[in-house]
Amino acid sequence: MLRTIYIMWIREVKKFVRSRSRIVGALGQPILFLLALGYGLGSVFQAAGQGSYVQFLVPGIIGMAIVFTSIFNGMQIIWDRQFGFLKETLVAPVSRVAIMLGRTFGGATVATVQGCIVFLLTLLFGFHPCSWGLLVPAVLLMFLIASLFSALGITVASFVRDMQGFQLVMNFLVMPIFLLSGALFPLTNVPLLLRALATVDPLSYGVDGMRTLLIDNSHFGVVTDVTVVFVIAVVLLGIGSYCFTKLEV
Amino acid sequence: MANIIEVKDLKKSFGGVEAVRGISFSVQQGSTFGFLGPNGAGKSTTIKMLSTLLRPTSGTILIDGHEPTKDPHAVRRAFGVVFQDPSLDEDLTAWENMELHGVLYGIPRGTRRARINELLKFVELDDRRHSYVREISGGMKRRLEIARSLLHFPKIVFLDEPTIGLDPQTRNRMWEYLGRLNEKEGITAFFTTHYMDEADRNADTIAIIDHGSIVASGTGDELKRHTRKDSLEEAFLELTGRNIREEDASELEHLRMMRRVRGK
Repeated sequence: MLRTIYIMWIREVKKFVRSRSRIVGALGQPILFLLALGYGLGSVFQAAGQGSYVQFLVPGIIGMAIVFTSIFNGMQIIWDRQFGFLKETLVAPVSRVAIMLGRTFGGATVATVQGCIVFLLTLLFGFHPCSWGLLVPAVLLMFLIASLFSALGITVASFVRDMQGFQLVMNFLVMPIFLLSGALFPLTNVPLLLRALATVDPLSYGVDGMRTLLIDNSHFGVVTDVTVVFVIAVVLLGIGSYCFTKLEV
Repeated sequence: MANIIEVKDLKKSFGGVEAVRGISFSVQQGSTFGFLGPNGAGKSTTIKMLSTLLRPTSGTILIDGHEPTKDPHAVRRAFGVVFQDPSLDEDLTAWENMELHGVLYGIPRGTRRARINELLKFVELDDRRHSYVREISGGMKRRLEIARSLLHFPKIVFLDEPTIGLDPQTRNRMWEYLGRLNEKEGITAFFTTHYMDEADRNADTIAIIDHGSIVASGTGDELKRHTRKDSLEEAFLELTGRNIREEDASELEHLRMMRRVRGK
């Protein structure tokens, strides 16, 4: 069980380290958002009495990098299915739950590293965390968020058979998750509908938790944040494992 | 010799369409079994059921005494498989693909390393062990897959069109490998192919499947005698007709392009 998880985990990590274009590509988008929104809307945000928008935005941007990387990674299964490698793991005499866990944690590790790189880059743009000591729990929280969305990616990928399906998921699942999460705006004083949507979006809690740890600004409270992310991650790991076990080629 | 594969009245339908319609056959331990048929006849579906990837709609399968639906892990340990489409991880090296397989099959490190070395030498990929799979030729990939399928000392090896798209040199070499393995490790080979001369030369027993049913079986000579033809190809055409079969094109090519576009 453990060696299966390990070998699938190391596979994800190796593939990530070897694919420089993927690393750079996944950094571009968050940095673009930080530049365009952080500086573009910074003065408006400040004028509204909310303080520095770059400071506010960075936890959301890190969350963005994590969500996109981990869901994308989870959905690598579609490629593995089309290019045949999936069959190699499905005929192996090991529990599919172990394979699924290895893939999830591999994807989560990759996404966490990506999140850390984004964090380091934001320092260049003038971001300063409220406490350096809280970085360790922040990284752990990143890993938790990443596990949640890797599991989500794998779950969705077990139903999607082709690239069109992948695009659909990206547009109708990932973008709403990101945009409605409060990654870009404070959840106080928003219309009821938007607040309701944000409340059921797991990323809201992830970003809020990050914001608490990085800039000491909390909406739900960090205990709620971590609990919600943890519980949803466990539930999705369960659902993902079930779907992966039922997979036929 | 005992039968290592026993199939009885095996059926598989996909949403009302019967791909395999109640086939029965058995394969003797240590023999080489050729499973022939036109495109879409049900060959790959049968191999997927034998290799635990698909659940049969009905019927029974016994692989080395175990049923794939009841004890999949025992069945999985008993066979190695080379699928019709490549199933290597292109972003890993030849060695890493082997290593991953060995770990998944729980082969202890010492045995694993020795066996990988032995097999890479066997398929003459020893000098390419640290090449990424995406950088080696189609023939080398095929050889690597064969080596990988043998890594966990299986009793049976399933080969779904193992020689497709290979030049005659590589094809001959592959049959040479399999013959030597059969001698050395007593391995049972179950293969499909569209090259009839290949089947005639290498298979001890042949079964011909068409439209999901087995239409003839026996040795190559028996099939030729039975149809009064000189070659297995003629016998095959006599048994399955001359109409060209349509098969749905795979989306693989389309995906390859998308993948390239996405910079993966």
